[in-house]
Amino acid sequence: MNWCTESMVSLGRWGVDTVRVMGRATLILFLMLSRGGGGQGAFFPLLVRQVYVVGVLSLVIIAVAGLFIGMVLALQGYNILVGYGTEQAVGQLVALSLVRELGPVVTALLFAGRAGSALTAEIGLMKTTDQLASLEMIGVDPLRQIAAPRFLAGVISMPILACIFSMVGILGGALIGIDWLGIYDGSFWGNMEQAVSFADDVMDGLIKSVVFGVVVSWIAVFQGYESMPTSEGISLATTRTVVYSSLAVLALDLFLTAVMFGDL
Amino acid sequence: MTENKDNFIEIRGLSFGYGNKVVFDGVDMDIPRGKVTAVMGPSGTGKTTLLRLIGAQLTPDAGTVRVDGQLLSSLRRDELFHLRARMGMLFQSGALFTDMSVFDNVAFPLRVHTGLAESMIRDIVLMKLQTVGLRGAASLMPAMLSGGMARRVALARATALDPDFIMYDEPFVGQDPIAMGVLVNLLGSLKKALGLTSLIVSHDLAETAAIADVLYILANGSVIASGRPDELQNSDDPQVTQFMKGLPDGPVPFHYPAKDYSEDMLGESA
Repeated sequence: MNWCTESMVSLGRWGVDTVRVMGRATLILFLMLSRGGGGQGAFFPLLVRQVYVVGVLSLVIIAVAGLFIGMVLALQGYNILVGYGTEQAVGQLVALSLVRELGPVVTALLFAGRAGSALTAEIGLMKTTDQLASLEMIGVDPLRQIAAPRFLAGVISMPILACIFSMVGILGGALIGIDWLGIYDGSFWGNMEQAVSFADDVMDGLIKSVVFGVVVSWIAVFQGYESMPTSEGISLATTRTVVYSSLAVLALDLFLTAVMFGDL
Repeated sequence: MTENKDNFIEIRGLSFGYGNKVVFDGVDMDIPRGKVTAVMGPSGTGKTTLLRLIGAQLTPDAGTVRVDGQLLSSLRRDELFHLRARMGMLFQSGALFTDMSVFDNVAFPLRVHTGLAESMIRDIVLMKLQTVGLRGAASLMPAMLSGGMARRVALARATALDPDFIMYDEPFVGQDPIAMGVLVNLLGSLKKALGLTSLIVSHDLAETAAIADVLYILANGSVIASGRPDELQNSDDPQVTQFMKGLPDGPVPFHYPAKDYSEDMLGESA
């Protein structure tokens, strides 16, 4: 075979593998959300526990990151805007940047690193130690018992975390803008209130964070479920979760921004 | 194929492989109802794989597996989980849920599949743990147990729902002589008291032969012998004799297939 044929074969194999993985991921998503399978135990307590593990335990990193990013935004914005004599617009700059973009995107990236990787590792280890297989043999569907609560907890937690990130970020911006740089607080908050639309900006940011929540949680659960049952397999799956989630979030953000704000 | 009601499990023409490696090639096997059946054979002959095929955790490449008259390949997903709830399986590793205590591990199937009150679940769990000698370990976490203890807890969990059929993957590994004796008695009494159909995969010939009604010996992807343990002990078949007497030389190879030893050691220069 010459290099051209080999390239075609490799490309074809990659294409088939990609379609196979996508098909498998879609099937797992469908089975997670369907009510079929075994197990009659209460689902709600499982979901609440996972919201705590996935969401509440991510609060500290989200809040701290939001605070610092809001502070940095205010500082950078002030340094630029003061040259034009429009430093009163720092409030709206910080708020719009956080609510539209940085809140959903940075939260999703942090969430993928903190909670997504933990989900993958946990499910992967359960697979390696035959805990998923033993659930099946007890007559309980692991997709319902293990995967679904974790997936839904991610979907529920992400928008809440993104909101908290943006709120803390705005407070950080106010701390720097009003208390340190001396911007008049009436214009800081007033401009922000005028510029930020709940229906457009806040809701669009919320929609983004829900989409990111679905994608990151789906990738994390799927990678754990499909990981090779070895220590190296879990390590690879965890890495893939962070890399794939981050790339998917950034690509989807461009697409969603183009649709929401670019009149695509 | 006509179904024999005396058999809890019927396997016909079962073929299965991992990639190019053939594990089973046209295996036929019957697991009689209410009896203890043991499957033995050299390492790597697919004994654990057989259990996973019966539990429908793996799908055969060809052939059929019928459990209590139900063809596994024809079951819907929810039907399969309902069938599995009537089966118990003791995994080689124990496979206890690491985030639950010993008590909660054994209580788990009862909480999921029955509407029993918590007080009744407590009584059942303590009775099951008593039978494996670990009632006193109810509050421990799995990480605090030895391998042998973990398998005994897993046995208590596997029998929690009083299943119709139970599969044991190496139940005697890692057990001290006292626990081994108790387990052999327990497995035998489960059959007598509950009429339980059991399938044991084990390398412990003496213990397994003592409680098995039927013994299958697997080698090279097929069943090389089957019958009562005493029949196989007295068999003239060289393959069976080699396995039953633990002889290193014979028709069943000790070594995994490989190229010539001297050629391998001396490389290209040989």
